[in-house]
Amino acid sequence: MTHPTQFRYTKEHEWVDLEGNHAKVGITEHAQGELGDIVFVELPTVGTDVKKGENLATVESIKAVGDVYAPMSGTVVEVNTQLESSPETINQDPHGAGWLVILEVSDPSEADSFLDAPSYEQYLSEG
Amino acid sequence: MNTIFDHKLAKGVGGLLPALDVPEQGIEKLIPSSLRRTHAPRIPNLSEPELVRHYTHLSKVNYGIDDGFYPLGSCTMKYNPKINEDLARLPGFANAHPLADEDLVQGSLKLLYEASRYLCRIAGLVEVTLQPAAGAHGELCGMFLVKRYFEKRGEEKRKRILLPDSAHGTNPSSATIAGFSVTEIPSGKDGMINLATLEEALDDTVAAIMLTVPNTLGIFEERILEVTNMVHAAGSLCYFDGANLNAFLGRARPGDMGADIFHFNLHKTLSAPHGGGGPGSGPIAVAQSLVDFLPVPRIVKDENRYRFDWNSPHSIGCIHSFYGNFGVILKAYAYLLLLGDTGLREVSENAVLNANYLQESLKQTYPLPYERLCKHEFVLSGKGLGEGISALDIAKRLIDYGFHPPTIYFPLIVPEALMIEPTECEGKETLDRFIEAMERIAAEAKENPRLLHEAPQYTPVRRLDQTRAARQPILTYPFDER
Repeated sequence: MTHPTQFRYTKEHEWVDLEGNHAKVGITEHAQGELGDIVFVELPTVGTDVKKGENLATVESIKAVGDVYAPMSGTVVEVNTQLESSPETINQDPHGAGWLVILEVSDPSEADSFLDAPSYEQYLSEG
Repeated sequence: MNTIFDHKLAKGVGGLLPALDVPEQGIEKLIPSSLRRTHAPRIPNLSEPELVRHYTHLSKVNYGIDDGFYPLGSCTMKYNPKINEDLARLPGFANAHPLADEDLVQGSLKLLYEASRYLCRIAGLVEVTLQPAAGAHGELCGMFLVKRYFEKRGEEKRKRILLPDSAHGTNPSSATIAGFSVTEIPSGKDGMINLATLEEALDDTVAAIMLTVPNTLGIFEERILEVTNMVHAAGSLCYFDGANLNAFLGRARPGDMGADIFHFNLHKTLSAPHGGGGPGSGPIAVAQSLVDFLPVPRIVKDENRYRFDWNSPHSIGCIHSFYGNFGVILKAYAYLLLLGDTGLREVSENAVLNANYLQESLKQTYPLPYERLCKHEFVLSGKGLGEGISALDIAKRLIDYGFHPPTIYFPLIVPEALMIEPTECEGKETLDRFIEAMERIAAEAKENPRLLHEAPQYTPVRRLDQTRAARQPILTYPFDER
């Protein structure tokens, strides 16, 4: 299984690693593969409040520009500044060093509706 | 490939000045030291033949519409009739100065006025501004009109623009730059707007919907009247992106479909040259409710005299120096007069016929995700054609067969999209050669994928590293390292 079992996934191809009320967010292996070589990432500033479904970040590849939507509501407490100079990190390690932001979420139960890894891969295969 | 600065021979002299026939004055006397440059300008010292050979060489390794088929989807790369160029070079037009007194340029003003009238007739709307410099500039100008319209009505809460996911890529950026937020509406399975989805998205915070008609799948919104009626009933406006006007030129009018604002791309639909960065021209036509907000100056006719009218207190202001890209408007007007109403109708007829001929032929070999009668363009998928074969590989291999590639990876709703627009300018023989090349490439994708991965093979430069170009762009010439 390419998608780590400890993460939860959205149908918008984001992963969420929830610990307490801190959610680390990134895009999935599948998403980076579809986008192709990523050349630019625009991240929010720390302290920004986001609502679930709002634009959180923008990822630009040689093929397309994609919006990353906030999977959960909360406040941005950390962003992966390494991506500004090395956006290719997302291609190389989307589930690890290529994370995007950490949110302090207001309602951890929002994650209940997300998919687990087997369901996400099932969703991909139904494509 | 050498730039003009790279020539080893760059030590020549381009021209000889005649002997001085007045007493020589020292530069110290003529120009104060604060205005004198301290370093010599970086001008390549080439002789005339060297200079001519440099640019002639570059022109030979280029590929344009005068070389061959150029089916770049959504760009309407039609042939640029040379008579347009002849007319643009008439001294009365070419030498007119934008600050000349109105009485000295009545002919140019008349041309602009008559061009606006013709565009109004094509759009089925009441007034036109010719000022926007390109399609996206027209969109931005249109969004400013929308904003001003709601400000005047005291409805500032209308901050959202609805955008179908099959709209043009510039639409969301134009809306955002004008200060709106964008809500995307997913297309239905038939590639058109789903009315229930639209209904759900409409409320009193929506300023307008931006529609591309036909959309980027080349599909005409069959429920266009229902769509615009629903939008108007919710108090919002309808912006139509006219980049795809070639599909219905002279046969249907955006105004009749419910458009409040419609932009033209004169450099696409009306044959002015484009590519390589312009210049373009993106006039917008508007309904009566928006006329007061149009940019200034507007061209008006009093009896038999034409003049600029700056008296428009509710106008959004100036959006272009002087009056738009005059030469481009002139070429478009020449094209309108050359073809006339009947000719314009034949343009759209043949553009649609050509696109459907290609679509029907190529769907035998390539997946066609949205299958129906298309308009002036259609979108194939390069997915599943062979092991590791991408739309990019197919596009690059087409160059080896002597064709400009289609648009790829757009629209985003088709995986490995190949967006093909033949225009009306090509005959059946050219289309058949293109079909044959596409079929051979599909066969190669299965039998010898390396040919595609390594394409292009026969060009002056091979495949460029577009990832590195995007990640580490070099935007200035490194003089000091040479």
